[in-house]
Amino acid sequence: MSQQESTQTHVSFRDYKGRYKGLFAWIFSTDHKRIGLLYLYSIITFFITGVLLGIAMKLELISPGKTVMDPATYNAVFTLHGVIMIFLVVVPGLPAVFGNFFLPIMIGAKDVAFPRLNLLSWWVYVLGALVALSSLFMAGGPPDTGWTFYAPYSFKTNTNMLPAVLGAFILGFSSILTGINFVVTIHRLRAPGMNWLKMPLFPWTLYGTGWIQILATPIVGITLLMIVGERLFNIGFFDPALGGDPILYQHLFWIYSHPAVYIMILPAMGAISEIIPTFANKSIFGYKAVVISTLAIAFVGYFVWGHHMFTSGMSGTALYTFSLLTMLVAIPSAIKVFNWVSTMHKASIQLEPPFFWAASFLFVFMIGGLSGIALGVLTTNVHLHDTAFVVAHFHFIVFGGVGFAFMGAIHYWFPKIWGRMYNTKIATTGWMMFFIGFCILYLPMFLLGIQGMPRRYYDYVDRFHGPNIISTMGSWVLFVGLAVIIINLIRSAKKGEIATKDPWGGKTLEWTVDSPPTLENFEEIPVVEKGPYDYR
Amino acid sequence: MIEETTKNASNFVDQVDGAFVFIFGISLFFLFAITIVMVYYIIRYRKSRNPEATHIEGNNTLEVVWTVIPTILVLLMFYYGWSGWKMQKDVPDDAMPIKSIARMWSFSFQYENGLVTDTLFVPIDKAISLDLIAQDVLHSMYIPAFRVKQDMVPGKDANIWFESGKIGEYEIFCAEYCGLRHSYMKSVVKVLPQDEFEAWYKLNSVAMDTGNEEVNKRLAGKGVLRKYGCNACHTADGTKLVGPSYRNILSNKRTVVKDGQEYEVEADIEYIRRSIYDPNYEIVKGYDKGLMLSYKDQVTEEELQQLMEYFQSLSEN
Repeated sequence: MSQQESTQTHVSFRDYKGRYKGLFAWIFSTDHKRIGLLYLYSIITFFITGVLLGIAMKLELISPGKTVMDPATYNAVFTLHGVIMIFLVVVPGLPAVFGNFFLPIMIGAKDVAFPRLNLLSWWVYVLGALVALSSLFMAGGPPDTGWTFYAPYSFKTNTNMLPAVLGAFILGFSSILTGINFVVTIHRLRAPGMNWLKMPLFPWTLYGTGWIQILATPIVGITLLMIVGERLFNIGFFDPALGGDPILYQHLFWIYSHPAVYIMILPAMGAISEIIPTFANKSIFGYKAVVISTLAIAFVGYFVWGHHMFTSGMSGTALYTFSLLTMLVAIPSAIKVFNWVSTMHKASIQLEPPFFWAASFLFVFMIGGLSGIALGVLTTNVHLHDTAFVVAHFHFIVFGGVGFAFMGAIHYWFPKIWGRMYNTKIATTGWMMFFIGFCILYLPMFLLGIQGMPRRYYDYVDRFHGPNIISTMGSWVLFVGLAVIIINLIRSAKKGEIATKDPWGGKTLEWTVDSPPTLENFEEIPVVEKGPYDYR
Repeated sequence: MIEETTKNASNFVDQVDGAFVFIFGISLFFLFAITIVMVYYIIRYRKSRNPEATHIEGNNTLEVVWTVIPTILVLLMFYYGWSGWKMQKDVPDDAMPIKSIARMWSFSFQYENGLVTDTLFVPIDKAISLDLIAQDVLHSMYIPAFRVKQDMVPGKDANIWFESGKIGEYEIFCAEYCGLRHSYMKSVVKVLPQDEFEAWYKLNSVAMDTGNEEVNKRLAGKGVLRKYGCNACHTADGTKLVGPSYRNILSNKRTVVKDGQEYEVEADIEYIRRSIYDPNYEIVKGYDKGLMLSYKDQVTEEELQQLMEYFQSLSEN
């Protein structure tokens, strides 16, 4: 960096001229904001792919028998949908995009602690994605095992399961690197005066997430390596034909994949905890309770993986221990909901798109969480396990919870990232269609599950027809809503009105810097004296 | 006809449905209550109506209240679910054992007298214990109307029990994803009056659920196919499923692949036996290896003969 460039204080990070030009100025940039946007563009690409696969599945299910594809294709489609959405979209999701972009700014830092490691984690992510998707172009085609790769079916299938597994293994490293980076950044780079209890809630949730990424992700790495060992060298870990135990596989898989749900949902809760005070123009209700519940979820979330296996044949003691712990994890989530709603009490609420996303987040997240209770209770779980009810439940959490929070976050921070404002009327229309479509799409699946329709079903008996028709139609409404939202945002990023530093009246540090921020965010590092949500 | 109501379908229905009502009741109450309060706040405290927010940082009493109440409720629900589940685990000593075998992609049921069927027949008001055996991959025995489900894990013993209180037919689904034809892996449980069940149980030596008074040789072969669930993957009318069809099996030669070598083979008894006992020895061209298990020690020589006669009759038509 030359002397002259470093003195250009008001050049936005987007216009800043570094060592490279064009595309290289992005893919070789160690600026946390550019890396955040690299993640955003990659994730949106995969998200749209995943959505199209989902739409195809719903189309197939609109009537019994073959509608548009044969069973082999359908099985590959739901596997790819799961692999893409979980490993490439929701797990990196909010932390990689908004965490990268806003964590340093919100704690008053110039960048993350390890900028090069940060760039590496994006590259590793891209490599993992390419490996995972390479199976599409190999003889035998993409895997048909479901994203859970359950043994021993995953060892018997003739499709290419290994590339997907290796891809997930590589993606795990990307996740670990981001986790380490964020935890160190939060420990070491907070601005002077920002003690732990003056830190905003989004960084707090990234802190909890970072620890889960560091501690839980290696388990899936080990598991996936064991699969490779079993498939390539016939070492019997999981396949009973070789003397292995399929249940061991399920344990190892869920020891990671359950905490992964909290990797997804915690930052989503963090984003909601930012949006609600800003638009309520009021301090968050019970800041400490929200922080404690974040840490409690991150901690208890490690010990509930067994609730994915209530019908697998585990011992009775294991079953009721996991059931009890699962019930306990509901409590901190409930505390958060009560605090968010109480924040709106005696507030002065600006009715803008980010707030609509946050309020609808509360609604869908409650449905997701409350439906989880019926799944955590043993006797009701037995009936609902592996049915459409489970599919509805986790879509309400992962797509409803994380997806709505992501949408809320992008509408909230849009003026900061692009320095322009979007058309709020179109954004509200898009939100409404998306929200209504979402409910029409997933609510009937609760009913189907209660009626006994198993999941991962290509075809079904006639009595399941009605709710399936409604559900498929919901997917169309949701898709149109999504198109409206994306088109509005893309157009506004180029042509929207120029945004001010603080269009919503937010109090956290990102609203004190330029829109879009300059290369090093702050002209001088701020000294923090007040709490994050001081609206007095 | 599948029964539409599930009242008394099994001894667990009341307990499980009671737990559902309890849990969904509480859940819906909280969902609606919180949503109504939220919507009220949004309308009441919108900026145009309430331009100045009141500064409130929190309230410790409230935090304690809304921690304690959900804790009590979830513990209650846990207890409710646990006690119901214990009932499902304690199999009564006098339960009638039936071996339930799952394989890609069919169920079969083996009774104590050696009888094997593809449909589950049980007497009313009698405890039944299903011993679950998976031969290839994970499956899951799911009878929605009875509210029972248990994964079937290769190499691991498991069982479920129930006692049905209502005559009728109920669906059995495979609930654990098991590959290509997972959604077609299903069967039916028929609950019969005690005396009808006894009569059926004594009469049937071959696996047929209907029309077996005039069992001729042809039907016997068809019965063998049903008994072992062959029709899950093979058809008689030429439709291509996972495995080749039986149509014209004896009259036409088929092209098979072994170790990359293609050759033609005539479907004689040797070939049929090899295909059943050692299915991966050679594969009909255009089909995948490794999908079918060996039925050695299961299909008898007599049953092979019956199959040949059935195939013969297919060619004559």
